[in-house]
Amino acid sequence: MVLSRTTTRYLAQAPRRFYSGAPTPSAKLNLPIDYKTSPILNHTAASLSQTSQYPANATSKRLNLYQAINSALRTALSKSDRTIVFGEDVGFGGVFRCTMDLQSEFGGDRVFNTPLTEQGIAGFAIGAAAEGMKPIAEIQFADYVFPAFDQIVNEAAKFRYREGGTGINVGGLVFRMPCGAVGHGALYHSQSPESLFAHIPGLRVVMPRSPAQAKGLLLSSIFEHNDPVIFMEPKILYRAAVEYVPNEYYTIPLSKAEVLKPGKDLTIISYGQPLYNCSSAISAIEKTMPGVSVELIDLRTIYPWDRQTVIDSVKKTGRAIVVHESMINYGVGAEVASTIQESAFLRLEAPVKRVAGWSTHTGLTYEQFILPDVARIYDAIKQSLEY
Amino acid sequence: MSLKILTRSGLRSHHLTTARIAPARRWSSSISQRPGSDSVRFPGAVNSKFTTQMSFLKASDLPAIPTYRVMDSDGEMVDKTRPAPDVTDEEVLTWYKNMLSVSVMDVVMFEAQRQGRLSFYMVSAGEEGITVGSAAALTQDDVVFAQYREAGVFQQRGFTLKNFMSQLFANCNDTGKGRNMPVHYGQNYPRMVSPSTHHYGTANEELEADKTTQHTISSPLATQIPQAAGAAYALKLQDLQNPNRDPRIVACYFGEGAASEGDFHAALNIAATRSCPVVFICRNNGYAISTPTLEQYRGDGIASRGVGYGIDTIRVDGNDVFAVNEAMKEARRLALSEGGKPVLIEAMSYRVSHHSTSDDSFAYRARVEVEDWKRRDNPIIRLRKWLENQGLWNEELEKTTRDEMRKAVLKEFGDAERQQKPSLKEAFADVYEEITEEQREQMAELKRILETYPDEYDLRPYKDGIKGLD
Repeated sequence: MVLSRTTTRYLAQAPRRFYSGAPTPSAKLNLPIDYKTSPILNHTAASLSQTSQYPANATSKRLNLYQAINSALRTALSKSDRTIVFGEDVGFGGVFRCTMDLQSEFGGDRVFNTPLTEQGIAGFAIGAAAEGMKPIAEIQFADYVFPAFDQIVNEAAKFRYREGGTGINVGGLVFRMPCGAVGHGALYHSQSPESLFAHIPGLRVVMPRSPAQAKGLLLSSIFEHNDPVIFMEPKILYRAAVEYVPNEYYTIPLSKAEVLKPGKDLTIISYGQPLYNCSSAISAIEKTMPGVSVELIDLRTIYPWDRQTVIDSVKKTGRAIVVHESMINYGVGAEVASTIQESAFLRLEAPVKRVAGWSTHTGLTYEQFILPDVARIYDAIKQSLEY
Repeated sequence: MSLKILTRSGLRSHHLTTARIAPARRWSSSISQRPGSDSVRFPGAVNSKFTTQMSFLKASDLPAIPTYRVMDSDGEMVDKTRPAPDVTDEEVLTWYKNMLSVSVMDVVMFEAQRQGRLSFYMVSAGEEGITVGSAAALTQDDVVFAQYREAGVFQQRGFTLKNFMSQLFANCNDTGKGRNMPVHYGQNYPRMVSPSTHHYGTANEELEADKTTQHTISSPLATQIPQAAGAAYALKLQDLQNPNRDPRIVACYFGEGAASEGDFHAALNIAATRSCPVVFICRNNGYAISTPTLEQYRGDGIASRGVGYGIDTIRVDGNDVFAVNEAMKEARRLALSEGGKPVLIEAMSYRVSHHSTSDDSFAYRARVEVEDWKRRDNPIIRLRKWLENQGLWNEELEKTTRDEMRKAVLKEFGDAERQQKPSLKEAFADVYEEITEEQREQMAELKRILETYPDEYDLRPYKDGIKGLD
């Protein structure tokens, strides 16, 4: 497109303000997450190999989240010729680049574009899984999964139960979908519908926090379980989160939470991108309230979830906060909080708090006020400790 | 060349309903098989002849549905023997200016997005003829459900540059209250009562009838298509109940990619069975983001599906604004005939632009292909040639008009960017008719946070600042 001189000059003027909530210069808590230094990520190959969940002595390289997903898909396609990868725009690499180069490496029969139909993609994947394939179907945005809801809820989730004695199931079936807010996705490019799926027995719902976690959890979903998996990828992390990821095949067990940071006074339970906000809030509170230490748990699998790790932690700390991005009403926080009060009631020093999205839609101009930020998590920690 | 919409009237003609609301029936009272009959009398298929020849219909053996054209790529009438398009010079000039205005706005806003002035934008390059030409055939009473590449429809139906810019900058003048991504326009104008639409119903109904409505764009694909069928049914019933008013139709826009969604198929079928006065306009631009039509479908475009659902269907050259306009006028007439029925228009074009500012289409198609289309055929250039052939336009007019438009766009751009954002309460309002008790508590909690941590938030852009949450 050719622009006239006047247009160029006009546009060259500094804008009065940017479209999305840039941090205010005075902010101390709500700063942009510094993914380069966040303790959530393995910034050196050494820190990776020190973690027992990754293969020992593995070679590794620095990958962002979409590259790690790409690496997991490549590993899966190489490992088993039953694996097929498809979805809208998957052929050229996907709109988030997760399937880049896979079609040229593994051929159009195993990596391919589908027509634009989520219900078709889901049903197609279920049928292929029922006949022994390992379909990894991409839904372009979690916001667009709803036409597939019937197939996922009434078919995938109930397949084994309905088949009963035939023994047929849809194991190996994975629905991948980018989820979560990025600051300007508004109503239909921001949603995190994990609780809608977590309500359905029969589905495993997974949300990785980082590139290395994503690869291990995705390979586990494809090869280590015979249940359909909803694999939700926080899209803001696709490029932002970079860490060392093992090159080879490895798996991270599903339905197993991880204590990311030990602490004695309060437990924060979260998953996906908000873990980074939690981590920042914890550093801030541990600075302003010396002596306080906060435990941080990544649920990793949202359902069926690792109740014991959470209960054990809260029994130790006596305080709990659940943090998630999606709406607070009937959300994951409600389930976790209720389980905690049933199993650790006598150890609680304060009510279990929830910091989550408000009960509304993600209106473009208001995203920063609707979704949980560092200040809100910091405030919740303070309130819980001072209760 | 004559405008011919594929119809199934041969099958229908003697079953026209007398009661306009009753669905058209395909069979008379008895469906029993007569002895010795040479045709099928099953309830699911009537008038199908028995045959002893086993032959499968092969899509590839059928001739492709032709593409209706009035004007060639040099801006000349294809059929010199037919009358000129039934449209005044003034109207054609308005169309041209509307197409140009969208195009000028697109260039500025695409660049503005690249500079971080707004989060997202989608241009309609190559498709201005479809949107402007079809919208010009609608009355102000007709209702529009669009997808997201129909700025031309909004422009032709009175959406102003200020309206566009207010939405794009999500400011306090945006009818969407700053909630939607850019290009998700919506419109529900009150307007002057036209002579043909006075004295009916209660005051309330009058208010409803006197608005020009383009429902606010929703990002999910194809969801608007069945809604358009239902809306058309509502208009049909309301217009039957108010025989004094001019009957209305719904115009529903979508792309060939969206037509792969289940909603498209559901919509056409339900619209046909309930005889809804709706015109479905498919913009077939060759690409759904990266997916070319070859991987989207294997049939004869989208038009062939209309026939399958028993819907009157035509394919038109989308780069020919006259063809689009004539087809839409006739489709509108058909949609209101025989008690109402759906019509499908497949308008062919080429998506000259990237899918959106988030897309780089040269990752999946050759630059030369795009350049070729830009140069070879384009709805704006084609109409300009026609206007010049008629002596209605020239280089000088082109230059001054473009300059004026660019200035107007930049002025509204600047004004809209400087406007405040809506009040923070709009984050919570309109989820329900009234803000719920739970939301009130959340608003109070948010207010407490904003007051406790004033350094963490910049409320200056928002109308009424923190008071917006009261």
